Amino acid sequence: MVPRRSPGASTPPLYHVIKTTWRRPPCPAAHVVPGNKMATGLASPASLESAPRIMRLVAECTLSRARAGELRLSHGPVATPVFMPVGTQATMKGITTEQLDALGCRICLGNTYHLGLRPGPELIQKAHGLHGFMNWPHNLLTDSGGFQMVSLVALSEVTEEGVRFRSPYDGEETLLSPERSVEIQNALGSDIIMQLDDVVSSTVTGPRVEEAMHRSVRWLDRCIAAHRRPDTQNLFAIIQGGLDASLRATCLEEMTKRDVPGFAIGGLSGGESKAQFWKMVALSTSRLPKDKPRYLMGVGYATDLVVCVALGCDMFDCVYPTRTARFGSALVPTGQLQLKKKLYEKDFGPIDPECSCPTCKTHTRAFLHALLHSDNTAALHHLTVHNVAYQLQLMSAIRASIVERRFPDFVRSFMSTMYGDQSLYPSWATEALASVGITLS
Amino acid sequence: RMKLNLTKVVNGCRLGKIQNLGKTGDHTMDIPGCLLYTKTGSAPHLTHDTLNKIHGVPAMAQLTLSSLAEHHEVLAEYKKGVGNFIGMPEMLIYCSLHDPVSPCPAGYVTNKVLQKSTIIGVIEGGDVMEERLRSARETAKRPVGGFLLDGFQGNPATLETRLQLLSSVTAELPEDKPRLICGVSRPEEVLECIERGVDIFESFFPYLVTERGCALTFNFDYQPNPEETLLQQNGIQEEIQYEDQIKKINTTDCNQKMTSFEINLKEKKYREDFSPLVGECSCYCCKNYTRAYVHHLLVTNELLAGVLLMMHNFEHYFGFFYSIREALKSDRLAQLKELIRRQAS
Repeated sequence: MVPRRSPGASTPPLYHVIKTTWRRPPCPAAHVVPGNKMATGLASPASLESAPRIMRLVAECTLSRARAGELRLSHGPVATPVFMPVGTQATMKGITTEQLDALGCRICLGNTYHLGLRPGPELIQKAHGLHGFMNWPHNLLTDSGGFQMVSLVALSEVTEEGVRFRSPYDGEETLLSPERSVEIQNALGSDIIMQLDDVVSSTVTGPRVEEAMHRSVRWLDRCIAAHRRPDTQNLFAIIQGGLDASLRATCLEEMTKRDVPGFAIGGLSGGESKAQFWKMVALSTSRLPKDKPRYLMGVGYATDLVVCVALGCDMFDCVYPTRTARFGSALVPTGQLQLKKKLYEKDFGPIDPECSCPTCKTHTRAFLHALLHSDNTAALHHLTVHNVAYQLQLMSAIRASIVERRFPDFVRSFMSTMYGDQSLYPSWATEALASVGITLS
Repeated sequence: RMKLNLTKVVNGCRLGKIQNLGKTGDHTMDIPGCLLYTKTGSAPHLTHDTLNKIHGVPAMAQLTLSSLAEHHEVLAEYKKGVGNFIGMPEMLIYCSLHDPVSPCPAGYVTNKVLQKSTIIGVIEGGDVMEERLRSARETAKRPVGGFLLDGFQGNPATLETRLQLLSSVTAELPEDKPRLICGVSRPEEVLECIERGVDIFESFFPYLVTERGCALTFNFDYQPNPEETLLQQNGIQEEIQYEDQIKKINTTDCNQKMTSFEINLKEKKYREDFSPLVGECSCYCCKNYTRAYVHHLLVTNELLAGVLLMMHNFEHYFGFFYSIREALKSDRLAQLKELIRRQAS
């Protein structure tokens, strides 16, 4: 059919295929504190009572700090602990939103920096928000653009005002301030939005770390003040402080005075050692309120997920599973399979016989090996589907074990499957687990 | 055994069904029809789930020997056949020697013996009438299951001169065996070949369209109401003028110029176009996404662009073949041909 020339009044097609109806749950707090009350940066302990409680705890491990819960968000409930796949530019790479839904995903990520440049917040707003634009009926979390300060450090400059970026596409300069970041995220309409934080690489030491921590607190207040839609979008704070325990502690003390529905632990998962990493996570969870979600940013390796759940984290995101899929690597309980290798050429079993994803139900390692050596992108999509399924199935299994009061046994079994002999267990993991009461021998 | 049943023949165009296909002998293929184009045994960009969302997928998939040859040892050891290996156990499989998208020069075609498969005889002879007739007659004497008309592909200009040759060739072939042609997939060329007795085509054209970031939009609805016709005629005129300008600018990655059967979604004008790729298309892409979104995916080099465009382009193309069969049933092929001709330029 030849398309009509006139710009018809047709609204973008929404949710035709995904049949789950979505409706907003009743707003948890009847008296949400409006943003501008926080402009002065002062917060009394009483304000903690009025922050919306978006998380309901279902079960807690009696030994470790692991919790199972449920987030109540505008686009439906989300079981925790949860892994959130990353769909940076309003797409989960080569898989459709229907495929993502079928895998059980109920929240994924978009990125403010990227979407702010292309296609831009005004256009997305016209498309009925990021949900409408990408046809995703479940929840979205948007990062503020802060991480790009580190990843694109050559193109950025940080001042008190904000981060000045030079666009890699047209050389144009943009200023990403706390206000602008929140403005973009308000336009995107994501269910959870992140404050703009001053991010430094975890390998940086010295006064810059402290400067960044204090600035992040000031930027949190500016984000709270600028936030136009606190009733539908939940603004999370991001704890900084690098690998310095006292800086982290200060940041925790300050930020927990602010009236936000959730907290992220940021500035980790860079180049730091795992020994330092887990200690900062443990410190953070020990000082964050129990009745609010803890989102550990940038963590997605299986072992890291298991350990950090034990340390008390509820939410995770990472590009690793989807990125490694596009390099031909399939995640399995014993590690990963580099399917391009000749050793899989005549392997006629599925990636994982226990996996219930469409890839494992339909295809053999041998076929995927052959397809990976062609230029048909379908190979990448098969692996993306599987790796997302792997992550989500892992989180489900973790959650079930917490609810059924056998989380420590689950951890032991997980480690044994992944590493085999105990002498091969990473020592950081053993120590971290021991610190919260889970022994591995 | 495979059997071709012709329902009718109108002005040289054959309408019918090939029956008793497949291992269990209960599969059927409609003709005129096309094969599902694959690369290394998979529809391009598509997994099982996304392929299954397309309406009208042909009963038979085309595999190319060139992509499978390097895996023949694996297949031998696998023992369960190529259909199972590629995850399409229910599909009929046609194995061509060459990939129409990256063809070898004509003349490098050889016969291969395949057990339990139907052999298709290949008609050669270049552009020499005498040789073509000789090839046709000799091949027709052999106990083949059908005929592959090779060497008629090329650019649109060369096909025209070869169409005459084609008529003469098919005249020499028995009526009760299917005729396939390789390397011909564009809508107007498909119709020309059907009029000269060809039954089955490859579907690589929608793939080429996908690779250049375009969506098929040509109209194959040959019996709209009169008001629709007028509106569409006006629409087509404007579209053709605009496309003429664009075609001159756009050359494509596949060394093929964009045709007037498609729109280039990378163009800035689609950036804020929230309508579906094609207004009344019922494919997964058109039902769930917009031109603006696909434009965004193309501009940002996202993999999903290829997936969604392939889903739309295949469905549109298979719909075209459905309309050919319907037109033949109701003796309206001339109308369809005129509609397509107006859009080709």
